[in-house]
Amino acid sequence: MFDLATIWAGIIAFAVLTYVILDGFDLGVGILFPFARDENERDVMMNSVAPVWDGNETWLVMGGGGLFAVFPLAYAVVMPALYMPIILMLLALVFRGVAFEYRWRTTRWRRVWDAAFIGGSTLAAFTQGIALGALVQGIEVADRAYAGGSWDWLTPFSLLTGMALVVGYALLGATWLIMKTEGNLQSAMRRRAGPLAMGTLGLIGLVSLLTPFQDPVYFDRWFRFPAAFYSALVPVMLFVAAMYLFRGLATNGDHAPFLASLALFVVSFVGIGISFYPMMVPPALTIEQAAAPDSSLAFALVGTVVLVPMILGYTAYAYWVFRGKVDPDAGYH
Amino acid sequence: MLDTLTAETLARMQFAFTVSFHIIFPAFSIGLASYLAVLNAQWLRTRDRTYLQLFDYWKKIFAVAFGMGVVSGIVMSYQFGTNWSVFSDRAGPVIGPLMAYEVLSAFFLEAGFLGIMLFGRDKVGEKLHMFATAMVAFGTLLSATWILSVNSWMQTPAGYSINQAGQFVPENWWEIVFNPSFPYRLLHMVLAAYLTTALVVGGAAGWHMLRGRVTAASRKMFSMALWMVVIVAPLQIVAGDIHGLNTLEHQPAKVMAMEGHYESHPDGAPLILFGIPDPENKEIDYALEIPKLSSFILKHHWDAPMAGLDTIPDDEEPPVGIVFWSFRVMVALGFAMLGLGAWSLWRRWRGGLYDSRWLQRAAVAMGPAGFVAVLAGWVTTEVGRQPFTVYGLMRTSESLAPVEAPAVATSLLVFIVVYFFIFGAGTFYILRLMTKAPGDTGPDPTTEGPLRTSGITPAAQVDPDVVPGN
Repeated sequence: MFDLATIWAGIIAFAVLTYVILDGFDLGVGILFPFARDENERDVMMNSVAPVWDGNETWLVMGGGGLFAVFPLAYAVVMPALYMPIILMLLALVFRGVAFEYRWRTTRWRRVWDAAFIGGSTLAAFTQGIALGALVQGIEVADRAYAGGSWDWLTPFSLLTGMALVVGYALLGATWLIMKTEGNLQSAMRRRAGPLAMGTLGLIGLVSLLTPFQDPVYFDRWFRFPAAFYSALVPVMLFVAAMYLFRGLATNGDHAPFLASLALFVVSFVGIGISFYPMMVPPALTIEQAAAPDSSLAFALVGTVVLVPMILGYTAYAYWVFRGKVDPDAGYH
Repeated sequence: MLDTLTAETLARMQFAFTVSFHIIFPAFSIGLASYLAVLNAQWLRTRDRTYLQLFDYWKKIFAVAFGMGVVSGIVMSYQFGTNWSVFSDRAGPVIGPLMAYEVLSAFFLEAGFLGIMLFGRDKVGEKLHMFATAMVAFGTLLSATWILSVNSWMQTPAGYSINQAGQFVPENWWEIVFNPSFPYRLLHMVLAAYLTTALVVGGAAGWHMLRGRVTAASRKMFSMALWMVVIVAPLQIVAGDIHGLNTLEHQPAKVMAMEGHYESHPDGAPLILFGIPDPENKEIDYALEIPKLSSFILKHHWDAPMAGLDTIPDDEEPPVGIVFWSFRVMVALGFAMLGLGAWSLWRRWRGGLYDSRWLQRAAVAMGPAGFVAVLAGWVTTEVGRQPFTVYGLMRTSESLAPVEAPAVATSLLVFIVVYFFIFGAGTFYILRLMTKAPGDTGPDPTTEGPLRTSGITPAAQVDPDVVPGN
């Protein structure tokens, strides 16, 4: 059970989850950018993530680079299959990434880079959701290569998962801003977080209901023993997290809504994990089949075991340095 | 014309386009990160405010360049899969872990400490801020180390076997990482990054001095940059020469294309200075050549026999025209840099480094030369190893993903439009930041931004060293 390939599948899953929750909130801030009431609020929103967004996005490179390193076959099959959503995501990330610096360097074009930040953040979230949906639907493989067409990824189901991620990231962004800001902006975000939470939960429910119709095997995985034990826990924990979230919003908590939203994402991610295991690329490639030779897995694992704890350490330190409310006067540029 | 635009050609164009845009930013930020670390260390050591002014000045430029490098780099890490999936499947087991190490040891380090370096001086104190700045610089160098190991392995593969699925399987990681061309390529590229940055810094300083702003800050920049050129330009020429000898040993066809040697020369090959390659008839027209010099440079013997492209099968011959020209552009610029360094040394010796307007003009003219030389050098080595992705073992045509030409064509067009728009704007903002004099805290909010309110005292505006007019 705990061979190198399985350990690596766990590490990649961890990197992807870390990416989703970290870049999730800073993409969410971008999605909520149009709702800022004035220039000052936009400055504060962007400054709340400016020192950390780059580190957050590095987990995406880790997910892609890690997949390339230890599951090259999965990487080689998935990327061409999701060609268009991936390219769109990359371009979207280009637009929103440069906006962090560019909007401070111009007054006439500030609107343009604000739009790039909003559009890029939203499109990146949407295409990531589409990619997830397309993976769940399954990817056609023949002879170690993608065997489907250019548009296979585009279905009502993948559009739904795309929507779900946009709303979910917006929830993360709103609760992050509740934690990091004060005054009008904070209360505005409190008002928005409620509907966003309802929307996120509704979409999680809808996606969960539709998942078994993508491939009946998902149904078996959820209800066979012993996975059924964990599957039963998922809805329970979702419920607990949702209660914690709504209570946090109702009692004007600063941290609780954000932590509860993170929990929603973690639990949902575990649910997706249950659906996938032991597949790497459903329905054709298992973790075992997609894995690189053991010499690659072992070599990469040594460094990972040493370096990832260090990364988590100094990343935590960077967050700690910039802890507390964003000072609306100082800014970070 | 349109018939020749196959998915393969388009994917190659896309890779060439995106990687060329990308390399410009690391080439600059590797050098600039080290420069910032030096400036900050000098500020802590001497408490001379000029260094702090310069740090804050180049810090903003670094932030913009680094941001562009990050986003164009994310594109690269996914493009292996989208356009070159067969290559990814087969070479992934060897080069994938090296790239994973780059992410783990370098990207996270840079990203983790960048925020503290840019925004954290007041929050963490001077010592930790210095540490963060040094970590960012160290991260850029580590990143270069890993990715050049990857590229070098593709040029001179070692330490592998091939399994039944056709995958390259790692056998000896030491041999893979330290493959035969890696040390030379690493040295050549890091020196190139330092030279590129020195030329940009010198160019900016020269520009300000030409405008009459001969301040302590602009003189400091000018002097530091030109010292760097004096030291690094000759080192780079030596490093390039050794790298070339290594290439001759492992990739002789590339050197034949660089030299323009279509024919073999059994008793001493000429050095072709200029000429026009004619791929149809396999000859160099209007060649201006020095007899036997190529043999002397490459074999250290005037009469040493040199094989030409006539010994290479036609389907393994790299495109000679491109390699021939890009190599000459790189070498010419390298010698121009050497000349700039020598000139500055002479002016320094004569005691008038800051007085020569022609030297300042030359520094401005050479400001972008590093970027051009870096691009020309990469074109030489990458086009020169065609038609292979893994040299001698896997052809470019075998590496392509099962994607359709219209999809690649569309994404290529979008990349071109987006990159020119985005990076055009970024370059404009960088140039505008450079036109502002260091330490000048004028009213323009676009070159300042809010950080100043927490950092520098306004006293720095009044610079007693300004020599008006001049």
